[in-house]
Amino acid sequence: MQVTSAIKEPNPVTAAAIPPSAQSVAKPIIEIDHLHKVYKTGDVEVHALRGVSLTIREGEFVAIMGTSGSGKSTMMNIIGCLDRPTRGKYTLDGHDVSELSKDQRADIRNLKIGFVFQGFNLLSRTSALENVELPMLYANIPTEERQKRAREALTAVGLAGREMNHPNQLSGGQQQRVAIARALVNRPTLILADEPTGNLDTRTSTEVMEIFQRLNREQGITIVLVTHEQDIAEYTKRVVVFRDGKIRRDYRIDEPRDAAEEMKQLPPPDEIDQEE
Amino acid sequence: MNFLIVFRVAFRALARNKMRSALTMLGVIIGVASVIAMVSIGQGAQASVQEQIASVGTNLLFVRAGSQNTGGVRSGTDQGGTNTLTVEDIEAIKREVPSVSMASPSVQSRSQIVFGNQNWNTQVQGVSEQYLEIRKWKMQTGAFFTEADVRTAARVAVIGQTIADNLFPGIDPVGQMIRVRELPFRVVGVLAARGQDQQGRDQDDLVMAPYTTVQKKLLAITYIQFANVSAISPEATKLAEQQISELLRQRHKLAPNQENDFSVRNMTDVADAADETNRIMTMLLGSIAGVSLLVGGIGIMNIMLVSVTERTREIGIRMAIGARSSIVQTQFLIESIVLSLAGGAIGIAVGVGISLFIPKMLGWPTLISPTAIFGSVVFSAAIGIIFGFFPARKAAGLDPIEALRYE
Repeated sequence: MQVTSAIKEPNPVTAAAIPPSAQSVAKPIIEIDHLHKVYKTGDVEVHALRGVSLTIREGEFVAIMGTSGSGKSTMMNIIGCLDRPTRGKYTLDGHDVSELSKDQRADIRNLKIGFVFQGFNLLSRTSALENVELPMLYANIPTEERQKRAREALTAVGLAGREMNHPNQLSGGQQQRVAIARALVNRPTLILADEPTGNLDTRTSTEVMEIFQRLNREQGITIVLVTHEQDIAEYTKRVVVFRDGKIRRDYRIDEPRDAAEEMKQLPPPDEIDQEE
Repeated sequence: MNFLIVFRVAFRALARNKMRSALTMLGVIIGVASVIAMVSIGQGAQASVQEQIASVGTNLLFVRAGSQNTGGVRSGTDQGGTNTLTVEDIEAIKREVPSVSMASPSVQSRSQIVFGNQNWNTQVQGVSEQYLEIRKWKMQTGAFFTEADVRTAARVAVIGQTIADNLFPGIDPVGQMIRVRELPFRVVGVLAARGQDQQGRDQDDLVMAPYTTVQKKLLAITYIQFANVSAISPEATKLAEQQISELLRQRHKLAPNQENDFSVRNMTDVADAADETNRIMTMLLGSIAGVSLLVGGIGIMNIMLVSVTERTREIGIRMAIGARSSIVQTQFLIESIVLSLAGGAIGIAVGVGISLFIPKMLGWPTLISPTAIFGSVVFSAAIGIIFGFFPARKAAGLDPIEALRYE
């Protein structure tokens, strides 16, 4: 495939010198400037990030890649406002979040970021609808509005009619779609997906990527996806590779794989497998 | 995030784990129920003692020969060893103390009494004709002996129910002759049954005769052992006690530095002592039950701590999607308060149920105490807050990154 070959010969660019494209005129969502993160475990200092600078603009679909220990998880935690940088500046949607308090970061996570995790991380013994409602609960959205938006979000990910199912009554792909609905429901400026296909088979992975691509294309939602799978990265429009706490490569994919197209070519899903 | 929503979140979390929630509550249920049941048993005992004392009459005073505060030296001098108290003393009390309405000298002797081929060892009390009224006792059949019987030292007797049952099975005792120390006495009446006293002694196991008869014919003494005195009103007992003391000190020619050779006690003191005993008992029972309530509280803390550990991932999810630490803390605190309050409510129902059941099953009197119920509610809420605080803080202190990674 042509796309694959494009990735195999990436442009040797640095973070500071992203090639200009149509997107560079859009508003920056993430601006990271010379970011450092040092963990102290006892007397040993671990430099997880060593001066990372990165700008992600509105409407981008970025894959963050790297082996374990490359710093990509640390990067994701900082982007997701779960962690704070040791040094450097991080601006999310115009807010300097590097100096925010714990509670302020919780509010930012609630309103600006939608999380999708590898392990789905849904509340067990809780219906899909209630799971999707959860972020709105913490955002003080009134009950009626909450339920309306939760139903809409579930419909958007193709789970209309499954509102009352508990996670253990849903397949892995369906659970991940509930998680995506939950990430979407507070209309965040950024969706942060951490290995979202890590626990899924090829078919459901493609399904999930199709949803991400659609959300990115149709609604212009900015998505940052952390993965170590080259195949998955090929669905995105830009790849940032981390190694030893630094950005090793940062390149655009001009023609990403189209998950919707690929879905059509896959054999029809086995309903029994799908349903559990 | 308003409070109502946190409340609902907490409720849902508890409902997701019904079995565990129920078991956690059990500790508080048992604790609260036992506090209420124990306190109501204690208070029931207290109330019944007070009732008994009230039925004896709170204007009753005892005058006894010998000193009350013996310090061990004069102990055992009550039973006739001290001959300082006389019938004249009692007559003087009746005559000269305005706050006294009635008085009856008393002497007593343990004797074998015989009727036909039956015999029985019992207490023979010599009293005056006023005794029945002083003690507010009632007759079952026949009549009490009269002033004339006392004056003439007649050999007449009034017997208790136990004597009637044991010496006269199937026979009407009134009019029969019994022998007390070989002397014949005519039974003139039977006292109404009074049952056991608070120490479990049979109050119907006695024979009463005129004190003159007992003094002269059974004991051959001229002094008396004690006297039952009735004050004109319950309020006058203190005054009566004081006036009797003064009078007797004067009559016995005691110097100011000499101790009393008699003692005067009023029923209020006796009631107070009994009350105090029961109060201590109630406190003891209540605090033992309180310990179980405390254990129930620790059970809640234990489960909440386990719950926080087990739900680490859930906490991580909640924090990642925007729950502030304070909200997580509130949620867990509410969970434990709901557990302890619900446990408390069920415990109150069970405790009240037990308190209503005990009188029917065991025959013990109980008195449900609103204070104990109120106290249990406050205590279980406090348990929820105190024992929920530490686990809730632990939950709030979790790092979302670590919590999400927790397996």
